[in-house]
Amino acid sequence: MAAELTSMRLAGQGVGAVVSFIGQVRDMNDGDDIQTLTLEHYPGMTEKALEAIETEAKSRWDIIDSLIIHRVGTLKPQDQIVLVAISGAHRGEAFKACEFIMDFLKTQAPFWKKEATNKGERWVEAKLSDDAAQARWTK
Amino acid sequence: MNIKILYFARIKEAVNYSTEDITLPNDIATITALKNYLAQRGETWANLFNGKQTVRAAINHELVADLATIKAGDEVAFFPPVTGG
Repeated sequence: MAAELTSMRLAGQGVGAVVSFIGQVRDMNDGDDIQTLTLEHYPGMTEKALEAIETEAKSRWDIIDSLIIHRVGTLKPQDQIVLVAISGAHRGEAFKACEFIMDFLKTQAPFWKKEATNKGERWVEAKLSDDAAQARWTK
Repeated sequence: MNIKILYFARIKEAVNYSTEDITLPNDIATITALKNYLAQRGETWANLFNGKQTVRAAINHELVADLATIKAGDEVAFFPPVTGG
């Protein structure tokens, strides 16, 4: 991640703030040990959905650049799943844009998680709290 | 009309394949109608598409509501609520 953030920090004129979020695989979920987490996605739609979310974030906030990196395939606990980074002149707009992108990614981008636990495999259920997090950005 | 349908995640596992090319009767023109049509394929399909579980749809890579209209040549996808990030 250091390389990505340095690149954003030094990329453009007027950058005064870089905000980032990393999501990683937890070692436990719902009380069970996680062995692996496998992410499926919809090639073609995934890229369009992420671009649309970034475009919307840039239209809402005064930011300079944004970056989303999301992994797919089989990951282990503590592996990074997603990086969102935002550069801007000041921190306020960058923090908001970063949170907005994560909230929309969680509810709009076509990724699905399946976890392998000590009790077997299971699909991760969507959370109502994620829907609520997205809904608060409604204009 | 002819369309392509893609299935993802637990829906793909339930129906046991990921993609199909299908010729639809002329009166199947919305996502709702297509779900009802697929639900008639048997118990597995009825359980998925009878409305009791949430199945999201996309047409040509755009998330759509069930009222959305399907056209010939569209790529329609069905999947559970997303869980990335």
